[in-house]
Amino acid sequence: MTTTTERSLPQPRFTDAEAGAKEFPDSTARNYSYFTPQKRKQTHYEDVTVEVQPDPRHYLSQGWLYGFADGQGGYPLEWTALKAWGSDRPVPERFPGSGGKGYDWPAHGWHEFRDPNEEWEMTFYRYNSNVVRQITQNVDSARETKAFEQWNPNWVQFVERNVGAWMHVEQGLGLYLFANANRRGPTNMHNTAMAVNSMHRLRFAQDLALYNLTLSDEIEAFDGEAHIETWNSDPAWQGVRRVAEQLTAVDDWAEAVFAANIVFEPLVGELFRSGLVQQAAPRNGDYVTPTVVGAGEHDYAERDLRYTLAMFDLLVNDKEFAQHNKDLMNQWLSTWTERCIKASRDLQPLWSQPDAKPPRFEDSLDRVKSRFSEILRQLGLDDPKELTL
Amino acid sequence: MSRQSIAKAHEKIQELAWEPLYHEPVSQYGTDYTFAKAKKKDPLKQVLRSYFPMQEEKDHRVYGAADGAIRGNMFRQVEERWLEWQKLFLSIIPLPEISAARAMPLLFRNVPNPELHNGQAIQMIDEVRHSTIQQNLKRLYMNSYIDPAGFNSSLKNFQNDYCGTIGRQFAEGFITGDAITAASIYLTIVAETAFTNTLFVAMPAEAAANGDYLLPTVFHSVQSDESRHISNGYATLLMALADEGNHQLLERDLRYAWWNNHRVVDAAIGTFIEYGTKDRRKDRESYAEMWRRWIYDDYYRSYLVPLEKYGLVIPHDLIEESWNQIWNKGYVHEVAQFFATGWLANYWRIDPMTDKDFEWFEYKYPGWYDKYGAWWENYSRLATPNGHNPIIFEDVDYVYPSRCWTCMVPCLVREDMVMAEVGGQMRTYCHEACRWTDVEAFRPTYQGRNTPNMGQLIGKREWETLYHGWNMADVVTDMGYVRDDGKTLVAQPHLNLDPSKMWTLDHMRRCPPFASPNVLLNEMTPEEQLAFHADYIRQGPGGRPAPAAV
Repeated sequence: MTTTTERSLPQPRFTDAEAGAKEFPDSTARNYSYFTPQKRKQTHYEDVTVEVQPDPRHYLSQGWLYGFADGQGGYPLEWTALKAWGSDRPVPERFPGSGGKGYDWPAHGWHEFRDPNEEWEMTFYRYNSNVVRQITQNVDSARETKAFEQWNPNWVQFVERNVGAWMHVEQGLGLYLFANANRRGPTNMHNTAMAVNSMHRLRFAQDLALYNLTLSDEIEAFDGEAHIETWNSDPAWQGVRRVAEQLTAVDDWAEAVFAANIVFEPLVGELFRSGLVQQAAPRNGDYVTPTVVGAGEHDYAERDLRYTLAMFDLLVNDKEFAQHNKDLMNQWLSTWTERCIKASRDLQPLWSQPDAKPPRFEDSLDRVKSRFSEILRQLGLDDPKELTL
Repeated sequence: MSRQSIAKAHEKIQELAWEPLYHEPVSQYGTDYTFAKAKKKDPLKQVLRSYFPMQEEKDHRVYGAADGAIRGNMFRQVEERWLEWQKLFLSIIPLPEISAARAMPLLFRNVPNPELHNGQAIQMIDEVRHSTIQQNLKRLYMNSYIDPAGFNSSLKNFQNDYCGTIGRQFAEGFITGDAITAASIYLTIVAETAFTNTLFVAMPAEAAANGDYLLPTVFHSVQSDESRHISNGYATLLMALADEGNHQLLERDLRYAWWNNHRVVDAAIGTFIEYGTKDRRKDRESYAEMWRRWIYDDYYRSYLVPLEKYGLVIPHDLIEESWNQIWNKGYVHEVAQFFATGWLANYWRIDPMTDKDFEWFEYKYPGWYDKYGAWWENYSRLATPNGHNPIIFEDVDYVYPSRCWTCMVPCLVREDMVMAEVGGQMRTYCHEACRWTDVEAFRPTYQGRNTPNMGQLIGKREWETLYHGWNMADVVTDMGYVRDDGKTLVAQPHLNLDPSKMWTLDHMRRCPPFASPNVLLNEMTPEEQLAFHADYIRQGPGGRPAPAAV
């Protein structure tokens, strides 16, 4: 005989607590009311991102509660020398009987930034899952069709050394520039966009490392560790390494992002990836590497550059500090263009390594210089004189 | 990817780490801890090629459930008493999550092992996931639940209401001060390893019992990431323990982090679970029982105590004292009573307790009715406007408490209140451990040792100060807690949505001016302050005035 003991269960009941069940004040007020959307309607991205990081200049009435040893708390606007309108107004003083109000939303121009990619967790994981699936399929398909057997011998060495070396750039900047910057920006929109940028780079670094692992398995002559030696001591790479390290040494978060995404990426990153690897690979029997490298190129060109332009565009058109910001950016352009052009020129020997030659180095460099100038035009900035070096 | 290929892939990505040759990365966050460079293993062993699809799959389940909840009319069954407290909880929690993301870079330069940085970067983006997925849950509640007021204003109101600072410590403690104190000990060793159990496991179970299965869906998905973060913290802790010079700081930080987490998390989650539920089955676990299981047994006895053999000095006394506060001193009940006392300065509605609730409390916490029953009966009596003022201004044997300067929960267990003069200001503390935190731990020297990187307690730490001398109608208007008719308050001390039963600014206008206990305390002479303290510690339980001297 089966016996059952009475189980203890919660007793859900009909409460009729769904939207529209009654009419009363606020019963139809179903939008987040504490920010002004960028366009007419609030977007899903704005709803899940805006104002999560508070600001004592508007709503945070009691101010930050914990500070560093110097007494600074939260996300000081002074962590970059750039300014958005309202930045110079002091944090409203609160005192006995002062009330809690600060300035009206948004209090300053930093809060006007929205990531045009509208990245939040759902979009982020969908995009990156698609990328890793596509790369895995491409590489699997190449393996099944023995595509690597068609590579020129010199190309094998080129990939193991040079494509391999690029993974270190991505890893270093992903962690020590972009992940680091996610603590530094003045709003949640800035910091989330930079965190996403960081993960693009770390993913691309791993894509290259795992591709390298596959090649070690598939190509007998492929030295899977050659990239380490190349990164550590190949003279052609030391200029890139020097700039990559300099980028992680910048204290001002906006300068670091500007230098990386506005200057370094077109002049060095795209030069190497689109100006060399993508051009040389097919001529040397390799149609696989461009699909892996292309994913990283797409991250930068279509997503990371996009948010970066939107972020700096607000600042060069700022109603209070446009000229101040332009002057600073021009200084940064001068400093970083010189460094990046030097690093690019150091890479020149790579152009002669493959059996089937890519376009001339100078042609590739001219092309990325034009691209760089076009990016600067979008921000209303002029070419720095260092571009002619 | 197969398990074998993940292991191989993980080994391969270790080759990505490199040490700088020409320029050191910028060092922006200091610590007084010292770490020796040593080969370490990445405890997360996570490869992005498998990580992204795994998270995407988890997302599919979450968003599928969200869809199902709407199609299945879940909100016809959710308890309003429960959902109202979610207006507070879901205001608080996205900030700690995103703060945890922002905290990860604090560790990069201070924990000099690049192998660990991979795990920290993954934790960073996990936390972005948590923050935005929780904001999305709140958005869904706002759209689908009967009363959107408070959800629709949550990130303004959380930042200016009278208990927002309590929850905000659970975020700000992660991102400032000594980098290891903040991002490792406070965040991963204590907040994540101990207290996410009650936050993300115990609380969702209560949500389900109240007809809300979306909160468990989202938060269990979040919790599945937390276990990985715990490994991050453990790896850093073991490295810190390897250097004897760190032991004094570890002892300090564990004491601060444990006590502060107890004060903050137990206050909030204890109230949600005990006073936000309609499930009064006698065999359902109380918060105290959950705490004993999840925090005392699982964290303290199973995780912390075994670390003693590595030299970790564990704050046994504070852990026992936390239990004492919850079990013998009614900490959670005192907090819930305080939240309800100031209902008008909130942005959610607080349901009165009923006889059924009383019976359950008495069963779970013998002696509860004698301490708190009469007050909750008064709360019910005064719930709808009927010529009287809100309960805070009525004589119900309740003395409005002083704030604790450190944890910002008021000094509710009155006998424990201590005072100290700091920087020319007399401050009140809820317990000696909170006085120690402010006066001794958060200082540039600690027990004779220089601690130049230790953080500071800053800000206007008593909410009442800002509104000293104000009328409540002006307070509520200043904070923006008014519904779209321009007069009805967002907060109500009941769940009745009939506009004629709801409190308005007109009712508030009739109230006497509001006063800040700390401002008043600092206007007293030293003798009056001593008398104030002597009286205060004789008050309670349940906020009762001190008995008249015989």
